[in-house]
Amino acid sequence: MASSAIQSPAALYPLTFQELLFRLQSFWAERGCVLQQPFDMEMGAGTMSPETFLRVLGPKPVRIAYAQPSRRPADGRYGENPNRLYKHTQFQVILKPPPADVQELYLRSLEAIGIDLAEHDLKFEEDNWEWPVGGAWGVGWQVMLDGLEVTQFTYFQQCGGMDLDPISGEITYGLERIAAFLQGVDSIYDIVWARDPETGAVVTYGDMRLEEELQLSVYSFEAAEVDKLWEHLRLYEAECSALLGSFQDASKLAGAHAKQHERLLNEETAKPAQELDLRRFPVLGAYELCLKCSHLFNLLDARGAISVTERVAVMARIRALVVGVARAYAAQGAATMQGAARETRS
Amino acid sequence: MADFLLEVGLEEVPARMLAAAQAELGTRVSTLLERERLLAAGAVVTTYSTPRRLAVLVQGVAAQQADTEERLTGPAWAIAFKGGVPTPAAQAFAKKAGVGVEQLVPLATPKGEYCSATVARPGRAAAQILLEQLPKELAALNWPKPMYWRPGKPERFVRPVKWLVALLDESIVPVEFAGVTAANVSRGHRVLHGAAPVVLGSPTGYREALLAARVMVDVEARRHTIRKALDRVCRTVPNARWREDVALVDTVCHLTEWPSVVLGSFEPRYLALPEEVLVTVMRDHQKYFAVEDAGHTLLPHFLTVLNTETDERGESTIRTGNERVLRARFNDAQFFWDFDQKIPMVERVALLEKVTFHKDLGNYAQKTGRTAAIADRLATLAARRGVAVDQAALALAVRLSKVDLTTELVKEFTELQGIVGGLYLRHADGSSTGRLAAEAIYWQYLPASMSDPAPPTAEAQLLGLADRVGTIVDMFALGLAPSGSRDPYALRRAANAVIKILAHSGLPLGLGEILQAAQTDAQGVTAVHGFLVERLSYYLRETIQLPADVVSAVLAAESESVADAQARAEALAQVRGTEDLAAIAAAWKRSKNILRQAAEKQLALADEVTREHLLEAAEQDLWQAVETLLPIAERFRAERNYGGALEAIATLRVPVDRFFEECMVLVEDAALRGNRLRLLDRIVHELGRIADFSELSPAAESATAAVASSGAAGGATA
Repeated sequence: MASSAIQSPAALYPLTFQELLFRLQSFWAERGCVLQQPFDMEMGAGTMSPETFLRVLGPKPVRIAYAQPSRRPADGRYGENPNRLYKHTQFQVILKPPPADVQELYLRSLEAIGIDLAEHDLKFEEDNWEWPVGGAWGVGWQVMLDGLEVTQFTYFQQCGGMDLDPISGEITYGLERIAAFLQGVDSIYDIVWARDPETGAVVTYGDMRLEEELQLSVYSFEAAEVDKLWEHLRLYEAECSALLGSFQDASKLAGAHAKQHERLLNEETAKPAQELDLRRFPVLGAYELCLKCSHLFNLLDARGAISVTERVAVMARIRALVVGVARAYAAQGAATMQGAARETRS
Repeated sequence: MADFLLEVGLEEVPARMLAAAQAELGTRVSTLLERERLLAAGAVVTTYSTPRRLAVLVQGVAAQQADTEERLTGPAWAIAFKGGVPTPAAQAFAKKAGVGVEQLVPLATPKGEYCSATVARPGRAAAQILLEQLPKELAALNWPKPMYWRPGKPERFVRPVKWLVALLDESIVPVEFAGVTAANVSRGHRVLHGAAPVVLGSPTGYREALLAARVMVDVEARRHTIRKALDRVCRTVPNARWREDVALVDTVCHLTEWPSVVLGSFEPRYLALPEEVLVTVMRDHQKYFAVEDAGHTLLPHFLTVLNTETDERGESTIRTGNERVLRARFNDAQFFWDFDQKIPMVERVALLEKVTFHKDLGNYAQKTGRTAAIADRLATLAARRGVAVDQAALALAVRLSKVDLTTELVKEFTELQGIVGGLYLRHADGSSTGRLAAEAIYWQYLPASMSDPAPPTAEAQLLGLADRVGTIVDMFALGLAPSGSRDPYALRRAANAVIKILAHSGLPLGLGEILQAAQTDAQGVTAVHGFLVERLSYYLRETIQLPADVVSAVLAAESESVADAQARAEALAQVRGTEDLAAIAAAWKRSKNILRQAAEKQLALADEVTREHLLEAAEQDLWQAVETLLPIAERFRAERNYGGALEAIATLRVPVDRFFEECMVLVEDAALRGNRLRLLDRIVHELGRIADFSELSPAAESATAAVASSGAAGGATA
């Protein structure tokens, strides 16, 4: 079993919520993952973090792991439901390309958090992940442990409507569920978040988060101003759209210039100015605007302001932005690599 | 004879795909061996699968192909040998064939004498052939949702390939696929056996070796084990039995390598929830078997099939874990159920105004308003024709049909749409009208697929028809008709359901009448009518399995009543292979051709067939036969005795054949010609009300007849 930097204060206790996170972090860090902090914006799932959504694009190998608080306004239950949350925590591991023994690694990570597989029932059941708004999908499983879905395991196949090569393996642990499972509690709010090593006093998940669940449920279902939300959505959408438009213009220019540059390569070695522009183009900024739009959409949805069919139309609008960003990111990456290759040659 | 074993080790394959893949791999391997003359007579092919492997065992494989001889033909003998001396042509041919020139012999052919050489082809070793061919067969396996996993995307397969075993008796055939080279090493159960290699000594030892590694590779044995274990564990509860669920047994069978069963329980208070909700949660969400008493009443227990076997402590842990998950889910369902009761069904009608049906078609309140009008017209029509319909109950059902879309329970368990509405109304309204309406709401989405039955009550059938026809008509009016593979609003499925309801319910409503009730404009009627007839054709061909030309023939004559079209098609399919009917079909084609030519040349038909213009004996006989036949056929038709009618029509074969042998129709004499044209016209139109026989295809005659008869035989034994 992987050694852990921080041991449980007493072996008698199952892992606390924070120890669970420590164990997973050390486990994957020891297997070459870079640990990243949660992305500092609202999002519905760890997959939407640029650390996943954008890094799976292109040929560059990636090993990264991070916890991501994931907000789903419509799932809020005012802190009254023992199993549902406005905001839950996903622990996300991205392995590009996935190592051949990725499933075995995953099983060892379960052992690392104290699950003795001999005493449990484990099944990998088909569950193919899809995020239509991101033009992204993959095949994989929900990992069922004694009937509880503890992990979503996905082999990414497409992102931003583009085929991926190499593909990425994505492991998403549901931390609250796993912690409740390990601690044998029926309510998420009873999960022990931390235990004082000296006094043994505990801080629960409820202590830390109940108010937030209540207040953000009130906000999402009752207080958020629908007209303002629509307005915010329009503003972010317009800005993102404009950015993508100018990226396209810039990349056309850069493309033309690169051709010219190839011709002139023997005569002069100056770096093309437009290429520099392309490299510093704020594609990442455009993606953050997409995240804003996505969260606003979720809020509007929770407010019951989006009808079934409007839903399709608004999702199509956001999809255009997200897919546009993914394509721009891929194009930018390719242009940067070409530029680097040219530099090496000249 | 040798034995051959192929095992493909995989990361967990989706349960729904395993059975088909197992069968396909077996077929591919045995077909390959047969094609390569390596499959012995009486060879036994056995296939296996678990979530982590597909395997084929062939007992009876030739180690080597038999040697063969091939005779090659070269240049003409006279060119190859001039005066007994081989020419360069002979030399070249001998060299190409790989024989000495003295081994060439003359061969007599219809074109003269040619040079011939007999070449021995030594048989190749089975191992070599398998090595070359198996990778292609593996790559060709058909998967519903394949994936890439290796950089460069060299292959697509359902999940990453982890290991291969290929053994011809004791020898490894080092087949390569997906970057893996076959050996004699398999893997056991992930947990119960662990990572230790499972070395296979021989193909026939496969099953036993894997059993020792805690993997039951034999699917039937696994299914049997699961059923026995379900029985055994269920007996620990007095008077309990598990609710039979063949599909669920199949699923858990394909999810396990070493199955065992654990019984869990839940608080009896959850039994207050409707059974539909409890069973949906257990079966669809958790893959648990429901437990009931002898009277089929649910008991507060469930059975879960594990992919492991553990001690008492492990079982207790697993039981507790599963119980906790189920409790959480039931808790949710209970919460939603209670929460939903706070707003009565009737008050929810207003909430439908906030649920958009389609951006150009308004909200669900408007949608149900339109459905109500259609349902009312259909009910009036059906009632006038003797169908017992409670129109008040139907009106209530329509008004409340979609309100469950606003409930939390349906948002959570979308598959219970309709059922939840029905349950809520039954809960709230105990009157007889309320009960009937609740049932109609409950059953309105049947049939969801062609294997489902139609709804059981007239009110549910009419609600289902009105809702779907309204949707189809509205969508068509917006230009959203399905085209090719694009059918975003699932209108084909809706139309299939319309056809099936009409076929099964016996509601006396025609397709045209239904469209009229939906009040489409004339243009809309034509397009939607064509669409519905096309779905009727699909239903007769695919669901009832009638030959395509029979269906075309029947629908060309008449397509208003679904049940009637089916009856005519079934009768026609019965006689379609007979010689008499083939002759009738030919005569119909000929008649229609002649009538078309006449129309093109603007040749007039006589107003009536008149006796004095019937010159030849053949036409007099035919007319006589037709006059006798018309009332008989018409009576049979009116009685819907289509078998009788067709039998009667078949008797026309002799006179009609003779007519065409002896009489020209398009003769110069206008009176004679007009008379004969009218005669043909009456035959084609008045005797063609059951089917347009000219649509029957002579070419496919024997083939489809065989299919039809085997289908009929299958039906008889079922």
